[in-house]
Amino acid sequence: MLRFIVRRLLQLIPILLGLSVLLFAWLRALPGGPAQAALGERATPEAIARYNELFGLDEPLIVQYLRFLGRAVRLDFGTSARTGRPVTTEFLERMPGTIELTVFAMVFAIGVGIPLGYLAARKHGSWLDSTSVIGSLLGVAIPVFFLAYLLRLLFAVELGWLPGSGRQDVRMDATRITNFYVLDGLLTREWDAAWDAVLHLILPAIALGTIPLAIIVRITRASVLDVVNEDYVRTANAKGLATSTVRRRHIIRNALLPVSTTIGLQTGLLLSGAVLTESVFSFGGVGSALYDALFARDFAILQGFILMLAIVYVLVNLLVDISYGLLDPRVRVR
Amino acid sequence: MNSFQGGPAGAPVLEVDDLAVTFTRRGEQSTRAVDGVSFAVAPGETIGLVGESGCGKSVTSLAVMGLLPRRGVEVTGSVRFNGQELLGARDGMLRRLRGADMAMVFQDPLSSLNPTVRIGTQVTEVLLEHREISKKEAVEEAVSLLDRVGIPDPRRRLDEYPHQLSGGMRQRALIAMSLACSPRLLIADEPTTALDVTIQAQILELLRELVVDTGTALVMITHDLGVVAGLCDRVHVMYAGKIIETADRYDLFARPRQPYTGGLLASVPRLDTGRGTPLTPIRGSARDTIPWEQGCAFAPRCDNAQDDCLTEVSGAIVPLEYDGPGRELRCRHPLTYPAAPAGATALGAVR
Repeated sequence: MLRFIVRRLLQLIPILLGLSVLLFAWLRALPGGPAQAALGERATPEAIARYNELFGLDEPLIVQYLRFLGRAVRLDFGTSARTGRPVTTEFLERMPGTIELTVFAMVFAIGVGIPLGYLAARKHGSWLDSTSVIGSLLGVAIPVFFLAYLLRLLFAVELGWLPGSGRQDVRMDATRITNFYVLDGLLTREWDAAWDAVLHLILPAIALGTIPLAIIVRITRASVLDVVNEDYVRTANAKGLATSTVRRRHIIRNALLPVSTTIGLQTGLLLSGAVLTESVFSFGGVGSALYDALFARDFAILQGFILMLAIVYVLVNLLVDISYGLLDPRVRVR
Repeated sequence: MNSFQGGPAGAPVLEVDDLAVTFTRRGEQSTRAVDGVSFAVAPGETIGLVGESGCGKSVTSLAVMGLLPRRGVEVTGSVRFNGQELLGARDGMLRRLRGADMAMVFQDPLSSLNPTVRIGTQVTEVLLEHREISKKEAVEEAVSLLDRVGIPDPRRRLDEYPHQLSGGMRQRALIAMSLACSPRLLIADEPTTALDVTIQAQILELLRELVVDTGTALVMITHDLGVVAGLCDRVHVMYAGKIIETADRYDLFARPRQPYTGGLLASVPRLDTGRGTPLTPIRGSARDTIPWEQGCAFAPRCDNAQDDCLTEVSGAIVPLEYDGPGRELRCRHPLTYPAAPAGATALGAVR
């Protein structure tokens, strides 16, 4: 088990190296550099040259890359050109927001998706089944930013039921401990702050959770339909077990194996930043930070955030693999 | 119709009368997998349902256990367990009987065990479902069950998963589960097909001991005449959903009457024929069949077939008729034997 984890962590190194090279090259290939973005379109060439000199952008790319790499291994990704604050600090401030959003989105997707998929399979061929199949197709097909925009327009702007931007009302003046706003509210017993943060999470979580929800419904449904016809379910029935025992122990348990993999992968995807959803709701997570940084050509933020997100993604996948072993004794790694 | 009275120990445990199973599917022609099958088993008796793949023997067993899906399946006739009608019975009642009074052992032990549940749980769940005992007692009972079916170190096996057991062990574990509540009827659906030969012999021996020790009625479903020879008191040969010959084991092997039975016996490879002697298969395949309404389903493959095997000519579907003491036969042109064929083997007689 330990060897497996170590091996997987070592595999991270070439992945990150390759990614950093690609990232570095890609950013430099973008039209308009950080100087242009910072100084505006009408900046004089002299001003741009000064700016580049100041930030070391006039040196050969190789030198820039190696310098970046040297600092990156110490988790120092430089300072943001836009805010002047260390990238790592920015990340630690933003990531909790994205994690909170991911958790809410996945709770929504799992909480609705698994029961719905299971019911659709149980009532195979009924209206509920066909509705959920069509609905999940729609859910996968609808562009997230569009759905996010619709939700915001309807529930935040028109009806005014829920807040439509930010992570918390700015007038809250809540105490910060972990930067997980809901958690902070609970820890400091500022219940109203926690509740306000929850309200702010609802719409983005629904928008973000829709695709995972649709995928979970489909996989749960297909998987239950598969498992119901397995020989061991027939054996369970032949033993005269109560219907509830057959369902719980023999059908659902096995049917959820493929679902758990999907949940893991989707969680990894959401954690690596929901750029579109977060920017529609001006949600101060990693995604909206990336969005802002891209327009500002804030190389330091982009490089640092994307690399750190890659690490998060690989770690989440590792967790998924490990948990799969716990769920399915056949793939348990020794 | 033809329930057999006076088995080894009195009243039959299971009586199946005129059982028919039809599968219907939207947009497809319905298929009748089992067509008017009748048989009975008494306590301590072992009967064999014999036939090649697709003849309806497994469907018969699933229909008896009430394990066929409800949708798209029509079951008619009568299945009585201890005199109690099972067809059309409520699900709750069937669940009380299944696992407790009537149990089943399946063909493929690996796929028949839940891969994610420990063997121990899979054994104890039957006990906990049907008997008023504590978890602890159930575990002890499971240990002794596994021990009884010949699984070494049973206590350790309880914590293992099916994939950690060998094929023979898995089938033993399945048998242990089916025996957990000392059922009065055990249906074994080709329990040895997935196992290698030495293990097959052990499993059959185990089943035979059980019948002798507990007086369980055993229905053995198989295509393997070796299994029949070693185990069954009475044999029903099935073809295309119908029973075509019934006889005691000795009679059947000595003097098969249905040409199909004769062909089955003749096709068994033998050690006493010379090296290089070709096998004698039944010609054609099970798909070369005609509906019973049109004539004997085996006629297209039968060497004895004549015009009146067809309903059109004879005017009636070939009936299952009395054919001497303890025998029944569905055939218009059966194999015949000289008056006193002392020492005649089945093989010799067929030729």
